[in-house]
Amino acid sequence: MSILEAKKIEPATATTVTLGAAGETVAISASQLKTNTIKDAGGNTLLTSDGSGTLSSVNSALGSTMIFISSQTASNSASVEFTSGIDSTYDEYVFYIVNYDVATNAQEFGVQFSTDGGSSYGITKTTTFFDAEHNEADSVAALSYQTGNDRAQSTSFQNLDRGNETHADSSGCGCLKLFAPSSTTYVKQFLWTGNNHRHSNASVNTFVGGYLNTTSAINAVSFIAASGNITAGTFYLYGIK
Amino acid sequence: MSKVVTTTVLPRDGWDTLNIGATGDTVAIAGDSLNTNVLQDAGGNNIFTSSSGTVSSTALQGSLQLLSSQTASNSASVSFTTQLTSTYDVYCFKFIEINPATDSTNFQMEGSTGSFGVTKTTTAFSAYHYESDSGAALGYEAGHDLAQSTSAQPLSGSIGNGSDENASGELYLYAPSSTTYVKQFYSKLNLYGADNHSGNWFIGGYYNTASAISGIRFSMSSGNFDGTIKLYGISKT
Repeated sequence: MSILEAKKIEPATATTVTLGAAGETVAISASQLKTNTIKDAGGNTLLTSDGSGTLSSVNSALGSTMIFISSQTASNSASVEFTSGIDSTYDEYVFYIVNYDVATNAQEFGVQFSTDGGSSYGITKTTTFFDAEHNEADSVAALSYQTGNDRAQSTSFQNLDRGNETHADSSGCGCLKLFAPSSTTYVKQFLWTGNNHRHSNASVNTFVGGYLNTTSAINAVSFIAASGNITAGTFYLYGIK
Repeated sequence: MSKVVTTTVLPRDGWDTLNIGATGDTVAIAGDSLNTNVLQDAGGNNIFTSSSGTVSSTALQGSLQLLSSQTASNSASVSFTTQLTSTYDVYCFKFIEINPATDSTNFQMEGSTGSFGVTKTTTAFSAYHYESDSGAALGYEAGHDLAQSTSAQPLSGSIGNGSDENASGELYLYAPSSTTYVKQFYSKLNLYGADNHSGNWFIGGYYNTASAISGIRFSMSSGNFDGTIKLYGISKT
């Protein structure tokens, strides 16, 4: 066994140092191997790091199936719009909305969709809406289809709750899933599950489902209140491989 | 082209780092395998680690990050008391094959702000269908909701304790570390009922406190249970 001791090994010429030969194994007995880019033998990038632990160009075979795209924070905002990042990259897009709050008591929180990058909203949709409600006074407890909150070939915004309390500690949270928004063949299906503190001082578990009745690609989503601003909330968008 | 033939390359005495190549160079592994237990980027940040083939990686696991997995084996309860922080805004628990020791008992949860018994208001509804096809319905479950109560929240109806009977599902808890808002949560679960039915249960509610929820405990309404409970955080970036 021979041992070479060195501080640094660099290419004799050009820019490539080759370790080992075909059929051999190069073992790193040291506790770490450090590099910012890993490529396969064919030169295809498997992953890249910026040196601060943030990865990019991660091969699709590696890692999770759930990928963060972007986030926004509402601060007394008229709307929260996602006008980029919704394309054919993923077949499923997931929004998690954390502690949304509306400025005007009893106003609903909802969503609109766009086929022109957010220049206009108001896509025709047909939807269902049901919820379970239970108030803190224990005088109301029911599971109900809410006929006033569904849509039938309507371009109106789709509310995702039946109104919010504006107490300082009141909020709503939920998840919106939008499937294959870039399809130019099919209508676009979406699902919402959320829970909020309703203005009737109740907990309401809301379920909305529907389709955007268009074969044009959906490429923007806007969250708004029926009236007034969205005072707070963090909006996360993810793609599912 | 120059070539060095050797079996081991070590850092020179007095150094603990061996640098191969310089900025802009390529280090090519012409061998068929590169063996290492830890890969870091140039800044020393872990990309992955391996221990006897068990790989862990925060950087590569994407947005749904496994924080903890606990297995109940005839356990009275399973608690998660260290993972709920401001690191994530959305937490997801997954319940896998919850099998009670006592027949016809509910799977339930409690939240803690340092001690269990936080006030909450919740809803509950379910759909059921018997194997005999003798009953099938959707309805509100008034016996499983809570109004400003500190009691444990049922996440299910009566689960059977037969050897193949169990319940599985998931629970989402939002921003438990907020000190501004009440804490919203909702769950869905399917069970094999003690009287041989499929039950699909939906619970929603909020912990009516502006204090941070720092712990969640799962148990049965009576007796012990088997099963696996996993906790995930959904990354903010």
